[in-house]
Parts: sequence; C-alpha cells; structure tokens
Amino acid sequence: MSTEKNNPQKYYVPDQSIWPLVGSVALGLIAFGAGHFTIEYSNQEAGFGHWVLLAGLVVLCIMLVGWFGDQIRESRAGLYNAQLGRSYRQGMLWFIFSEVMFFLAFFGALFYARMIAVPWLGGAGNNEMTNQILWDGFQAIWPLTTTPDGTETQAMGWFGLPLINTIILVISSVTLHFAHVGLEEGKRKKLMNWLFVTIALGLIFLGLQMYEYVHAYRDLGLTLQSGIYGNTFFLLTGFHGLHVTLGAILLIVMFFRCKAGHFNKDDQFAFEASAWYWHFVDVVWICLFVFVYIM
Amino acid sequence: MSTVVTDTHSAHDAHDHHDHKPTGIKRWLFTTNHKDIGTMYLWFSFIMFLVGGSMALMIRAELFQPGMQIVDPHFFNQMTTMHGVIMVFGAVMPAFVGLANWMIPLMIGAPDMALPRMNNWSFWILPFAFMIMLSSFFMPGGAPAFGWTFYAPLSTTYSTDSTALFVFSMHIMGMSSIMGAINVIVTIMNMRAPGMTYMKMPLFVWTWFITAFLLIAVMPVLAGVVTMVLTDKYFGTHFFDAAGGGDPVLFQHLFWFFGHPEVYIMILPSFGIVSAIIPAFARKPLFGYASMVYATASIAGLSFLVWAHHMFTTGMPTFASLFFMYMTMLIAVPTGVKVFNWVTTMWRGAMSFETPMLFAIAFVVLFTIGGLSGIMLAITPVDYQYHDTYFVVAHFHYVLVTGAVFSIMAAAYYWLPKWSGVMYDDFLSKLHFWSSLISVNILFFPMHFVGLAGMPRRIPDYALQFADINAIVSIGGFLFGFSQLIFLAVVVKAAMKKGEPAPAKPWEGAEGLEWTVPSPAPYHTFDVPPQVK
Repeated sequence: MSTEKNNPQKYYVPDQSIWPLVGSVALGLIAFGAGHFTIEYSNQEAGFGHWVLLAGLVVLCIMLVGWFGDQIRESRAGLYNAQLGRSYRQGMLWFIFSEVMFFLAFFGALFYARMIAVPWLGGAGNNEMTNQILWDGFQAIWPLTTTPDGTETQAMGWFGLPLINTIILVISSVTLHFAHVGLEEGKRKKLMNWLFVTIALGLIFLGLQMYEYVHAYRDLGLTLQSGIYGNTFFLLTGFHGLHVTLGAILLIVMFFRCKAGHFNKDDQFAFEASAWYWHFVDVVWICLFVFVYIM
Repeated sequence: MSTVVTDTHSAHDAHDHHDHKPTGIKRWLFTTNHKDIGTMYLWFSFIMFLVGGSMALMIRAELFQPGMQIVDPHFFNQMTTMHGVIMVFGAVMPAFVGLANWMIPLMIGAPDMALPRMNNWSFWILPFAFMIMLSSFFMPGGAPAFGWTFYAPLSTTYSTDSTALFVFSMHIMGMSSIMGAINVIVTIMNMRAPGMTYMKMPLFVWTWFITAFLLIAVMPVLAGVVTMVLTDKYFGTHFFDAAGGGDPVLFQHLFWFFGHPEVYIMILPSFGIVSAIIPAFARKPLFGYASMVYATASIAGLSFLVWAHHMFTTGMPTFASLFFMYMTMLIAVPTGVKVFNWVTTMWRGAMSFETPMLFAIAFVVLFTIGGLSGIMLAITPVDYQYHDTYFVVAHFHYVLVTGAVFSIMAAAYYWLPKWSGVMYDDFLSKLHFWSSLISVNILFFPMHFVGLAGMPRRIPDYALQFADINAIVSIGGFLFGFSQLIFLAVVVKAAMKKGEPAPAKPWEGAEGLEWTVPSPAPYHTFDVPPQVK
C-alpha cells in the first residue's frame, strides 16, 4: 500500500471532523424524540415526539453517509496503513462482543423465566403457597400458553417456517463465505454473484419473518402482550430481525462498493467487518432457533 | 487519485510539524485530539460532580432535622435517584474516561487514541444524554424517583411518565461508554510503542485495559434491562410482573449482573492511579507489579460471580446465598494483595507528601475502610440487618467518594502540571485536601452508626433518636461540598497558566513516558513512536 511505502511508521490521525458532533445531535434527537413519542403513544395524546424522532433519524442518516463517505475516500486515497487496519478489525470484534452481551441479557431473561420464575409460580421448590394463594390453578408449562392472570395464546412451532428460515440463514452464511473467497482470489464475478445471493437470502429471511409475525398475531394470538413467552419471543426475534436488517444494509453497501471496484486481497476491512457481522447474526439465530423455537 | 494522496498528506504533515491547533469553538466541537477530548471529559465530569453534589446537599439539608422541612417526599426521591445516576454515569465514569484519554496515549507512546473520531463521538453524546435526563425534571410528575437502581416494579408499575426519557438517555449513555471502552482497549492492544510489552505497561494502562473489557461486557446488559423496563411500562410486556409469568426478581438479577462489574469499573482505574502516585513519592518502584496485574484481573473475573450479594434479602435458595457470599469474600484476597503492595511500596521509602500523595495515602486508608465494611455486608445473615440501611450508604460512599473521587483528585493534582504547564497552587491544594479529608469523614463515618442502629436509606424523615448524628452528617456534607470549590479554584488558576512553570518531570520519583514530553504536553505527541527498552 502506498502509505506504508511513503511513511511506514505513520498512524493516520484524522483532522477535525464534523460528523461525531452530527452523530451526537442525531442520537440526542432520537433519544429525546423516542422518549416523548413513547410517552405520548401510551397516553394516547398528540405531541411532537415522533417529529423529533424522525428528525433524529434523518440527521443520523446524513451522518452515516458523511462519515462513511469520508472513511471510504481516505481509504481509497491510501491514507490507511496495516496498523490502522488492525485497529478497525479489533474495534469491530469488540463491538460484536458487546452485541453478544446485549443478546445475552434477553437470553438470560428467557432462561430465568423458564427455569426459575414460571416453575416457582407453579409451586416448585418451597413455593407451594405462592401457587395456591396467589395463582390458584396456574400450571407451570413451557411454552407458557396460559399466564398466571389467564392470558391465553398458542405456541409457535419450530417446524415449517422457522426451520426454513434457519436453513436460509445458514446457507446465506455459506454463500457469503464463497463471496469472500472470490474476493481473496480476485474473481470479481464470483464475488458479486455470491454476494447478491447472500443479500437475496437475507431479504427472503426478513420477508418470511414478517409473515411469521402476522401469522403469530392473526392465527395464534401470540402477541407482544402474551406474557413472558410472547415477551421473550418477540424481543429476541425482533432484535435479531433488526440486526439482520442492519447486516443486510451493510451487505448492500458492500455490493455497490464491490461493483465500484473497491476492495482487494489486502484492502477489504469494510467487507470483512460486514461479513463478520452477518455470521454473528447467523449464530444468534441458531441459538434462537434452539432455545426459543425448539426447546 | 494520486493528487489526492499528496494533497492530503502534505497538509497532514504540515499540521504535525508546526504543532498548530485549531482555534475557537470549532477546536472543541470537531476535535479528534485525545488531549482535547480528555479535557472536555474532565470538565464535563466536574460540572456533573457539582450538579450531583448540589442534589446531595439538598438531601442533606432535608435530613438535617427529623420531620419534613424543605422538600416533599416525591421530590426527595427524585434527588436521591438523580444524585446516584449523575454521580455514577456523569461524574465518576467520564472522569476516568477523561484521564484515560489524556494519559493512555502518553503512557504507551501512541500518537493518539486508535479511533480518534469515534472518541469525539463518545464524548459529545454525554452532554445530550444528560440534558435529556435532566429535562425530565420539567415533565409532569417530575424526574425519575425510583432510585438509581430503578428496581421494578418501582420503575414500571409505579413510575412517572419521565421513565421513557430515563431509558433512552441511558441507552445513548451506554453507547458512549461502549464506544469509549472499545477505543481504550484497541488503543492499548494496537498502539503501544515498540518494546512496550504488556508486562511493561504502567498499571493505570493495565487497570483501564481490564475496565474497558468490563464496560464492553456489561453496558449492553444494562441496555437490555432498561429496554425491558421500557416495554414493561409502555408496551404491555411482563418481564418483571408475575401476572404474565415474569418476575421482579429477574430485574434485580439482570441489573446487578451489570451493576456489580459497574462498581469495579468505577474503582479499577483508581487502583492504577494510586499505583502510579505512591511509587513516585515513595521514590521506590511499585512493590509486586505482576501481582498487581493479576489481582486486578482476578477482581474483574470475580465481579461477574458476585452480583446476587446485593439481593440476599430478596430471597434466593440457600445454596445461591452461600455461593455469592463466598465469592464476594474471595474478592478480599486480590484487593488485600493490592493494599499490602501499596503499603509495602511506601515501607522505608524516601517519602514526601505533595498533594497527589496525600490524596493517594488517604485513598489507601479510607478505601480500605470501605472494603472492610464490604466484607461485613458480604456475610449473608449479617446483611439481613444491614440491608438498605445507612450502613450500606456509608460503605459505598467510602469506596466511591474517598475511593474513586479521591483517586481522581490525586490524578488531577499529579498530572495537572503536565496538562497545564504550570504547578498548581500548593497552599490551596493542601487546604483542599485537609478540608476534604476531615469533612468527608464527618460526612460518612457516622452513617455507619445510624445504619447499624437501623436507620433506613432513601427516606426523607426519620426517627428522633437518629437526629444528632444526622445533623453532624449534614454539617460534614456541606463542608465537603463547599471544599470542592477550592479544587475548582486550583484548576481554574492552573488552566489560566497562573503559577510556576512546570518542568517536563515535576516529580522527582515519577516514572513513565508521559514525563518525557514537555509540560504542557504539545498538541501532538509521539508522532513517531519512542523505543521502549
């Protein structure tokens, strides 16, 4: 790389940048707007929350385009060296680790509810009186189709759509790997084709997931309000879906960057990071499939 | 394409050679410089310290006498809640991030933090987050009043509308912490000067390395738990409600899984600071460097296995109680290693007592008091008496005020000559130290007694027999609060460059790369990494 030749020891420290401040304004507007929107929504009153939230999202989009635009220009201009590449890779890995811990909180809630909270409400351990006096007649079963206060729902099976979705997502991880191999080998055609297939599979997954939500709400009566089973189901799959959406956006951006001739064997951080992210959401899905759907 | 390369590059080089810095407000708003960002973090933290401190004074004013005098109970609860939130997330944590920003690149011989733009983003999120948090005071129903621990169902069923603002501002605060921590950890892993091996790193760098790991591990859990509070309160979920198969105890498990590592996040960097200062003024190398590193790592590891000691009275199986009791007591071992190492470092040293050293010694003594009361609280059966009393308040203020805050003060005095280029006002700094030391003990020590006698925390009124001690505590509180204005005066004076010019290495026994650059540290340092032997 040119920088390494010119200045092997120099670590690129960018000049001043407007984008971090724009990003902070965006997050401030989003948090303030989302907070007020939530309050107004639950009080069923009109207000300004959603406008502030929308403004925040717009500013965030501007920031993302501007900031990543700067990064891409700098990278194409050869300002980055191998050490900076390591910083980015390590940063991305730690970010993915933080995401793992975020999902762990919700998996923790699921395990606690299944193994401890629901059995105790059903009288397990020394909680016989809790069951008889507070929740008489409550049966501890999982999936919790009847809550202690009597809300009923049907459970989501694992066979059918969820299984198909699992297969789709696992295949998409493999196709993304093929795309990466294409990049390593310098075979642009192979890269583009497999990347396209990956993105298509991701979008199909999201479509099917939406269909599953409609099915859950319409046919099964399984909603966000259906007690702890519905809560963990929708928050886990919902946050996973958000992450798939983000991953798909990343891959689409990568698709257009590949099309513009970016990346090669030695210069491919953005592609790698997006691929890691995609594999990460895939692993989360496998855990979801096992613990939310099957078990 | 090639023109772009040369243009950007020559501009960048010129920038470095003349050490020119941008001027005006833009310098601070758009900066990517670790020293600027460190300075902003430290000032932000100090402002929040005064804001949170004035809330504490409102609490102490109300508690000066039994009966209701100044505020109503709901407002009192808002004060205790916001005091905790602001001190933890607005004062102590940003102060340590500020110190990390300023010192870690200087200590490891790096030109800047690894990800300079993200660094500025992490900082600028904080003012917005706290503006949102504080704006909740003007909402109908007022600010959050459920304690900084926001236990469900206080924060779900029984909270006011402003909870949503609390949740979302916590979210962006957490993003700021995670990005800051990623930056620190990547800087340490990837930016060390040649020859600076892991076991040659200053302990401040080591402790921050481990702290950053803890932050990345637990801040996302906090984000998860506030999200569940949000959906429980506003969107009809039942995570913390038995009627839907959930459990309020689940909240406590999730919260303290974040919360206990969080308290080590607020103390591990202190250990690093004290481990830098004591050898400098004892004029001896730190005793047991390697054991300090291993002790820090063990404390961090254990911090994931002790969370339920906050919940002994909540109720859990006996086996779980015993497990968490023993794990908690085990922490005393690595912490003891540290305290003994500091004392041994001082043993037969050529000691001198400049202000940073005074704060560091006060830290060792008073933090140990807080640690010992922690061991008392760890004993499950005994905790049944102490739980939610002023004894707990005394315990965690000893570790957080005379621990974390004192170490931050020590760090500020120790590195102020490097930051400002002038020596601080010695008389005022000593006055600050002695008035803080005396008042902080008047403030927190008697709390042990009222706590043991059964005075509950988080109440605006109390039984008559606690009146005398509460009056003394309140007097100590006001003295301590106003003593901090002396610190403000010292810092402002130094920032205005009033004082003797500081040499590159103002402390005779100090070690480390930060003392090889001039004082004040130039805007850009270590553009070419130094060789460490």
